[in-house]
Amino acid sequence: MHTFAELIIVLIILLDLALAVTGSLSSCIRLVAVQGVVAGLLPLMAGAGAPHTRALLFAAVIVTLKGAVFPWLLMRARDKSGARKDVEPLISYPASILLCIGAFIASSWMGSRLPLPETQVAWIVPASLATIFTGFLLITTRSKAITQVLGYLVIENGIYIFGLALFVEQPMMVELAILLDVFVAVFVMGIAIFHISREFDHIDTAELSELSDWRRGEYGK
Amino acid sequence: MALVLLSFVILLLSAFLALCLARNPRRAQDAGAYGAVAASLAGLIPSVKVLFSGVSETLALPWPVPLGSFTLVLDPLSAFFLVPVFILTGLSAVYGVDYLAHYTGKKPLGLAWAAFNVLTASMALVFTAGNAVLFMLGWELMAASSFLLVLFEHEKAQARRAAFIYITAGGAGALLLLAAFSLLGAGSPVMDFSSFVFPAGRAASAVFLLALCGFGLKAGFIPLHVWLPEAHPAAPSHVSAVMSGIMIKTGVYGIIRTLSLAGPCPEWWGWTLLLLGAASCLLGALFALAQHELKRVLAYSSIENVGIILLALGLGVIGAANRAYPLAALAFAGALLHVFNHSLFKGLLFMGAGSVLQGAGTAELEALGGLSKRMPGTAMLFLAGAAAACALPPFNGFAGEFLVYLGAFRSVSSTGSIALAGVIAGLSLACAGALAAAAFSRAGGAAFLGEPRTERAAKARECGPLMLFSMRALAALCLLAGLFSPFLLLPLARAVGSGFGPAAGLEAAEAAAVPLIYVSAGGLLLLALIALAWAKRRAFLGGRKPAEGVTWDCGYAAPTPRMQYGASSFSQPLTDFFQPVLRKLGQYPVISEYFPGKASFSTEAQAVFYNSFYYPAAARLRDLAYRFSWIQHGRLQIYIMYIVVTLMGLLLWKL
Repeated sequence: MHTFAELIIVLIILLDLALAVTGSLSSCIRLVAVQGVVAGLLPLMAGAGAPHTRALLFAAVIVTLKGAVFPWLLMRARDKSGARKDVEPLISYPASILLCIGAFIASSWMGSRLPLPETQVAWIVPASLATIFTGFLLITTRSKAITQVLGYLVIENGIYIFGLALFVEQPMMVELAILLDVFVAVFVMGIAIFHISREFDHIDTAELSELSDWRRGEYGK
Repeated sequence: MALVLLSFVILLLSAFLALCLARNPRRAQDAGAYGAVAASLAGLIPSVKVLFSGVSETLALPWPVPLGSFTLVLDPLSAFFLVPVFILTGLSAVYGVDYLAHYTGKKPLGLAWAAFNVLTASMALVFTAGNAVLFMLGWELMAASSFLLVLFEHEKAQARRAAFIYITAGGAGALLLLAAFSLLGAGSPVMDFSSFVFPAGRAASAVFLLALCGFGLKAGFIPLHVWLPEAHPAAPSHVSAVMSGIMIKTGVYGIIRTLSLAGPCPEWWGWTLLLLGAASCLLGALFALAQHELKRVLAYSSIENVGIILLALGLGVIGAANRAYPLAALAFAGALLHVFNHSLFKGLLFMGAGSVLQGAGTAELEALGGLSKRMPGTAMLFLAGAAAACALPPFNGFAGEFLVYLGAFRSVSSTGSIALAGVIAGLSLACAGALAAAAFSRAGGAAFLGEPRTERAAKARECGPLMLFSMRALAALCLLAGLFSPFLLLPLARAVGSGFGPAAGLEAAEAAAVPLIYVSAGGLLLLALIALAWAKRRAFLGGRKPAEGVTWDCGYAAPTPRMQYGASSFSQPLTDFFQPVLRKLGQYPVISEYFPGKASFSTEAQAVFYNSFYYPAAARLRDLAYRFSWIQHGRLQIYIMYIVVTLMGLLLWKL
């Protein structure tokens, strides 16, 4: 069974790389959803023997949320905002993928250095770290508010996998708490994005800096 | 101890109640004032008891804060500072009821009372805390609540500026104190003062300097005084009385605690204290002479008095370092006695200034005049306070300074560095005393004597009965503490004993006993002479009525109030002499024709230290900060990147 789990890990890493280069907003949403579903299935594969009912139930909740509810909310926000349909990166796609690969190399090194208990699935720690970094990459190098929500979701996926690496059987309580946070966050962000786009006709966060009380050159004389 | 705790509870409850009743100003006033008075009475009992019995009390409650423990220690030194806290806050609360009634409907009185009672509670906490965390809690609470009170009239730009300077000074002081405490408590699991070990060598000096600057920013000696002349005039007068009378003494208390923790101190600490004290009492009195506003005069006079206290402490440390123990004990006793006395008379003076402010609508000296006919009660009481502040017998200001003088004179007769210290101390005390006398005769004269200079002053009315009551009570205390100072000897000796070692306490009791009796006898004699003179005058008059004329008539056909001596003309000879230090700005008319036309004249007292040191320093710092403004992009993504980079750095650092 572990081979299957390791295949999933490979899939997750590939999804990270795909996220780094995808320009279409809807593809990005779909990729994140796939990643969430795959990560949600991972505990069923990683555990020895038949999974508990509770684990099954839990996986079902995760898959529903990440695979159906979140993508639906995000697609709705994307449609309503009426914005351009690409992610508007601040750096070029080759640079993004280079950074993503660099993040993966760094996380493999860190995974070998981190004082963690032995994990049953190979590459699970580097993969989780790489996913977290990819999430940060999405947040910091894409200008739309919606990609920031996506970035948080990817980070959440990474944290979830990291939690799996540590406590294969019982990541439930931790995950449940994080999931609740993310759900609320996505909900709030969806509403906020909608309102921002209604007020300002765009959802480019760079333009939001107009709202800050910091004006260059006004004080710094 | 239970009563001290009770007074904390009363204060906090009444603060809460005042906030809740904020919609009904009269009820809020009642809640705040009754709470403050009840808490004062509850707190005075254990404090006085500890002072007379000399037995410390400790209370330790569980407190799950890291490094902290809820330990309250009431030893004679704490009690000696707590007594003026409770006397002054209780009477100020009574005063405040009438004073704040003026603002009903215009200002949130519930909030003001809540802040006042929290301020009282936090001061009591500072004086009794036995743990550094608890102490800092009280310290910061004190800064925060008094900050709110300084902002009471926030619609005035002056008050906002004062509050900003005040909170900045408070924050800087707290930072320095944190550094000092962390040096002291290094290695111990709980930051209790009793478990502090004073480090040796250079670390000891570092702790001393950090504590001196940290506490000094609250005590307000020169050059750390900048917030004081700004914040005291801005706060409501009963709060200024508390801030100036006792809150700045928390700094003095901290310095004394540090000295007592350090044990035998090196001589240069004493010299530092002595020179800072001398500078502050001289410059404080001098700046007081140049101010144009009554409360500002009083604020600078507070700086002068803190200087006197610091100078006495320095003299004591130098004496102790040279094994001249009687001398050291005299100086320490003088310092502590002056702490007590200053809190009484400065409270009285600020209340007097407050009733002038309320009666005449302004405290600008050049706009006042002739108030003694319109506000006779306030005028007499202010005069009493001013006499005490100038250290004139029979009032209490004299007793404490007399002990310091005595210490200085004794040290002059010995040899070596003590003699030099004695000369410096005696000379600066004498000069500062003379300047303070000039400053108070100028301020009191301009406000109360002569004819009113403006319409508003002419329409001034006497203040309310509760305000008069508080001032009378404080004036009576000033007189009693001056006349019966020998009765203060026992508490004083106990406080010196708990602050500087039991031997010092005994020395103080022995060395100060006879001088205080002389002070008391002299005061009584003076009173008897005054009574005699008064009786003689009555006898001479024999029932005839003395004729009354216009003040400042001087043979002019048509005198106007503008022909009187003003405050600035009164002090001009002195302020011109000290112009290199005062740097006041002025415009003087030059009369060159035989029939001169209209001319105008103006002087402006400058905040010399603020303008020529702190403001440029702050401006430079701000320029430096703006050089890094490119970090503040305003782009969300960049900020998140900062966070990521920091987290990564931390992770890699620990890897």
